[in-house]
Amino acid sequence: MKTDIILAGVGGQGILSIAATLGMAALADNLNIKQAETHGMSQRGGAVVSHMRISDKKIASDLIPLGKADIILSVEPMESLRYLPFLSETGYLVTNITSFINIPNYPDPEKVMEQIRKLPHYVAIDADQIAKEIGNARASNMVMLGAASPFTDIHFDKIRNGVKAIFEKKGEDVIDLNIRALEAGYEFSLQNK
Amino acid sequence: MQKQLLLGVEAIAQGAVDGGLSGVYAYPGTPSTEITEYIQENTLAEERNIHRLWSTNEKTAYETALGMSYAGKRAIVCMKHVGLNVAADAFMNSAIVGIKGGLIVTVADDPSMHSSQNEQDSRFYGRFAMIPVLEPSNQQEAYDMAYEGFQLSEKTGSPVMLRITTRLAHSRSGVERKEILDENKLSIPADHKQFVLLPAFARKKYRDLLQKQDELVRLSDESKYNDYIPGRDHSLGVITCGIGYNYFMENYTGKSCPFPVLKISQYPVPSALVKKMEDECDEILVIEEGYPLVEEMIKDFFGKGTPVHGRLDGALPRDGELNPDLVAKALDLSLPVGQSVPAVVVNRPPALCQGCGHQDVYAVMNEVMKDYGKGRVFSDIGCYTLGALPPYETISSCVDMGASITMAKGAADAGLTPSIAVIGDSTFTHSGMTGLLDVVNENTNITIFILDNESVSMTGGQDSAAYGKIESICAGIGVDPAHIRVVVPLKKNHEEMARIFREEIEYKGVSVVIPRRECLQRAARRKRNKK
Repeated sequence: MKTDIILAGVGGQGILSIAATLGMAALADNLNIKQAETHGMSQRGGAVVSHMRISDKKIASDLIPLGKADIILSVEPMESLRYLPFLSETGYLVTNITSFINIPNYPDPEKVMEQIRKLPHYVAIDADQIAKEIGNARASNMVMLGAASPFTDIHFDKIRNGVKAIFEKKGEDVIDLNIRALEAGYEFSLQNK
Repeated sequence: MQKQLLLGVEAIAQGAVDGGLSGVYAYPGTPSTEITEYIQENTLAEERNIHRLWSTNEKTAYETALGMSYAGKRAIVCMKHVGLNVAADAFMNSAIVGIKGGLIVTVADDPSMHSSQNEQDSRFYGRFAMIPVLEPSNQQEAYDMAYEGFQLSEKTGSPVMLRITTRLAHSRSGVERKEILDENKLSIPADHKQFVLLPAFARKKYRDLLQKQDELVRLSDESKYNDYIPGRDHSLGVITCGIGYNYFMENYTGKSCPFPVLKISQYPVPSALVKKMEDECDEILVIEEGYPLVEEMIKDFFGKGTPVHGRLDGALPRDGELNPDLVAKALDLSLPVGQSVPAVVVNRPPALCQGCGHQDVYAVMNEVMKDYGKGRVFSDIGCYTLGALPPYETISSCVDMGASITMAKGAADAGLTPSIAVIGDSTFTHSGMTGLLDVVNENTNITIFILDNESVSMTGGQDSAAYGKIESICAGIGVDPAHIRVVVPLKKNHEEMARIFREEIEYKGVSVVIPRRECLQRAARRKRNKK
């Protein structure tokens, strides 16, 4: 098996927590992982991307080649489109629909959605709203991870365990909230893919 | 033992700790910062009381590490590529005096300049100093090389450079640890003149260093990190350096590579292995992350030898980071093409955080500077460099750590009035203080703004060496205390700030204005940690 994921967002949105959770799940599954992150200047509100590669075989490159990504997982709609050249023909684009507007020339959000809807395989989800309904908007990244889960080759139980492990020190309530966020995202994708 | 998921920088940190480290010395700089941060949080490092506080700059860090090596213990000094420019004096001469306890200098280069002002290749420094250089291709090698680097250093009597680039620094993978080694015991060099570079001694030491070179090449040829992988198709031989190996091999995932491959991860360049490739291959492609160091070395000046391809002949781009796609192109392999980026997508450059004190300073400065005209504000390296971008566009320079004060002085010497410097608190103590002394000694008419957010912020909010000391440093260097002014950069203080800025710019002499408000990110982190 092999799953190549482009994780996208804006510096400060916390895409690395998604990567860490998936990494934990993959490691527990004895899979090989390479995950390249963006640190430094771009973390100040710039575009950030992480290349996450999971495989049962040895992984060569830390970067995913163009046209090879199985999933683009983006916590921001315009950012999801920035990495389209990486998406394979059969790949899924999974994106949050809440715009993060910190630049004066941010495009009309409807025009962004138009481009997303043109894709053959996509899931567009209001992760912020779903997280709020569950109890905390900050869990929206776990909603996003849940929404991408059906398109990975990792069993959903393993991802659930990854969430437990990541939030272990924060107590039962936080674990529970994030698990419910994960499951809500997962259900949404199953119904809307 | 289960593998640990570590960033390349974390693997180096863990490898050094497990390899018997006694002290890490560093100044923060992307992409090297997390090496020291990891050791600061490490339990074993705490148990052993390994030195792990930040240094004021890379030069002090390097010299302190050299002092620890003198005393027989193992030290690692970490910096970004341009940091080695700051430490270059210590670095070059440490190669001549040699070491006692193992000394590793870890330098993290930043090709494509993700967070840097240039993309210089530190392997050239390694070659310049004539010391062994290790360049891992993956996280496991990064761990192993830090762990074994001390032994290589002690065996060769030389500092060892561990060179990584941004991609490996900030990429995570599973790493298997080795047995934890004891620290070295305290001991001083048997030869009391080993570290004395008086010319007469230095000439001898330099000849020793020259004599050592054949042995270093032999070690490279025999190194387990350098590997000659045979191939059946000899129309091309491929030399890969460091992480270039991965980008090459990615193109042969699930199939075998037809060409002989020389994977180089230890320098000096293993000459017997390179000659073997030259003997058996018609042409050679060199894939290296950074400048074309190996390519230049093996390319025949008169163009009569084996054709060599790489960054110099356009097979690969001359600048920037490599990736599997660029390497595929160099190999004439066909590429799958994903969809192009829709036109609706616009750039999203980094920006100052909303509510950051630097925003208030630049808003006031732009208002005040309207009276004088553009092009008079020299700046420095830090978050406030973003003041060069819209909506501020306040500053007209960013060259190297500390250059704001000295460039403002030079421009003032040339007759530019007013001439203004903008520098951050920790950049000031890193390299601004000596420039301030020049300014004070000549009573040059400049105004220096030391933007004090009480933190090294761009690299993630590390402790600033300047904390609580800026006024006393400026006064101690000789700035008239009446012209050391502190303001709190907040919207409500706009008028007061504008008045003080004007007063000090109009003052004919050295003045220092210190806008002081804690970095928002650091404050948020501090509050989170308190909970």
